[in-house]
Amino acid sequence: MARRNTVGYLAAFAVIGMTVVPLLFVVLGGFRTTAQINSSPAGLPGPFVWDNYFEVATSVQFWRLLGNSALIAVIATTLAVVLGSMAAFALSRYAFKGREAFYTLFTLGLLFPLGVATLPLYLWLRELNLLENPLGVAIPEAAFSLPVTIVILRPFMHAIPGELEDAALLDGAAKLGFFWRILLPLSRPALITVSVLAFVTSWNFYLLPLLVFNDSTNFTLPLGVAMFQSEHTQDTAKVLAFTALSMIPALTFFVLAERRMVGGLTGSVKG
Amino acid sequence: MMSAAITTRPPTAPVPHAPAAGGTRRRSRLRPRLELAFLLTPALLLFIGFVLIPIGVAGYYSLYSWNGFGPLTDFVGLDNYVDAFSGDVFQGAIGHNLIIAVLSVVVQLPLSIGLALLLNRKLRGRTFLRMVVFAPYVLSEAVTAVIWLLMLQPGGFVDEILRGVGLGGLVQLWLADQSLVLYTLFVVITWKYIGFGVILLLAGLQGVPAELREAAALDGASAWQTTRHVVLPLLGPTIRIWIFLSVIGSLQLFDLVWIMTLGGPANASTTMATYLVDHGFKRYEFGFGSAVAVILFIICFVFALFYQRFALRRDTAGALTGAR
Repeated sequence: MARRNTVGYLAAFAVIGMTVVPLLFVVLGGFRTTAQINSSPAGLPGPFVWDNYFEVATSVQFWRLLGNSALIAVIATTLAVVLGSMAAFALSRYAFKGREAFYTLFTLGLLFPLGVATLPLYLWLRELNLLENPLGVAIPEAAFSLPVTIVILRPFMHAIPGELEDAALLDGAAKLGFFWRILLPLSRPALITVSVLAFVTSWNFYLLPLLVFNDSTNFTLPLGVAMFQSEHTQDTAKVLAFTALSMIPALTFFVLAERRMVGGLTGSVKG
Repeated sequence: MMSAAITTRPPTAPVPHAPAAGGTRRRSRLRPRLELAFLLTPALLLFIGFVLIPIGVAGYYSLYSWNGFGPLTDFVGLDNYVDAFSGDVFQGAIGHNLIIAVLSVVVQLPLSIGLALLLNRKLRGRTFLRMVVFAPYVLSEAVTAVIWLLMLQPGGFVDEILRGVGLGGLVQLWLADQSLVLYTLFVVITWKYIGFGVILLLAGLQGVPAELREAAALDGASAWQTTRHVVLPLLGPTIRIWIFLSVIGSLQLFDLVWIMTLGGPANASTTMATYLVDHGFKRYEFGFGSAVAVILFIICFVFALFYQRFALRRDTAGALTGAR
């Protein structure tokens, strides 16, 4: 038993090393000068140089990218979760002809990843005058998040006992009142899960904003990181500081919502 | 608000399933329909307007030669499709996507299973470990691409480390060597996505009852036999879903490649998606680009259908409905 655990710990250390070293390279590299990095790429900072981080953190560009990403992600998440939970309610607590057909239609969306549809989407958004507009990114992202939102929410809402609904209706609540006052609060765990998934998807998405935005003041964080790297190829230290700071929101969010994220991803697989 | 007041019943009245009077019956039939329309229409409009229509429209554009401006007049039938399939670069791109997909299944799957089995033991700091393994998955592909681009620079971090441990002979032009670039990209993809597989499998392992392992051990099965004949079969559904997600992801690979190599050098790392953006968008060949989009879409769709039909059939019910 002791020997087997040793193997486990060795594997664990190897995994941590592989994962963490590139991240440390970025974070620590930001505390060095480009000259130091060029002469010894794998060296440690000494003494710590704060200029790179200071310059990035006080630049308008960085905060604008952050703001753009946040705005788009909030709109996309809100749209997907509000419309998705309404649809999931209809598909789980009403009996009507064609219910399964509607549900299948939405689940089909799981097979249409946003990446595949981006070029036609671009043309369609141009037609709708939504280029260079945050909505031009947020609305399609919400649309493509609907399937997974509905697929997670429907069984959850379905599982809430019918007696609760009967009791609410007996007490004089309308069906929509039951949805708003009882079902939604009870669905909170599932709602958080789908919100996290929609938010992260939007936050990290690259291809659609790449096509929709030409003006760099509209760029989102992923676009900004790539652009910053290609514009400052001679200043590695600053690129590293910029990249390090741009990782913070995603990693923080992940630490706060890790359970939901993992639960959401694995929940849809477990059966 | 008015109608809500009218249909609100006193607590003693029968529930809506058994309406008493004729008038109430008509209203109670109309009202659920209005509610349904109110609940379903917005989501349907969003879904049809921004998922189904663009894909349909792409099929239409793909039959024309069109630079993206002015009316569609130059109908070319299926020429765009023929051109795409007969071009070396696109054939190469399909090949690259397939190589990545096959490598993912052959390399990442055993690696994920092995790591998940090891990490499933009672180790100290297991929660922390899981978070670390999963962290790269949360970063965007753009950030991942920039990190590795800098680490893989000639004479950069990776080269320095290899020299430092006496493996200087292994140093390569990681991203500039035509025969190597695809495999370098695959390593980066593995770094980013291995945690996802490990987390999925760890969750799957939670579903393997300890009694089954104990029973197998009591019957004299070795650790390897228990894993092979008890644990792995029970992980089947998780593994099948992982393969599905992994292949679909490999077929659409874009961000990493676009930022790290732009499909180069000399198209050695072009994927279907980078080809699509390069032609459709950068060169204003929107008709042709749409045809490529349709091809990419059909490849994903056909794979998904076949996979659902033959591999996932037993699991789909669970996969689509069993969220917790």
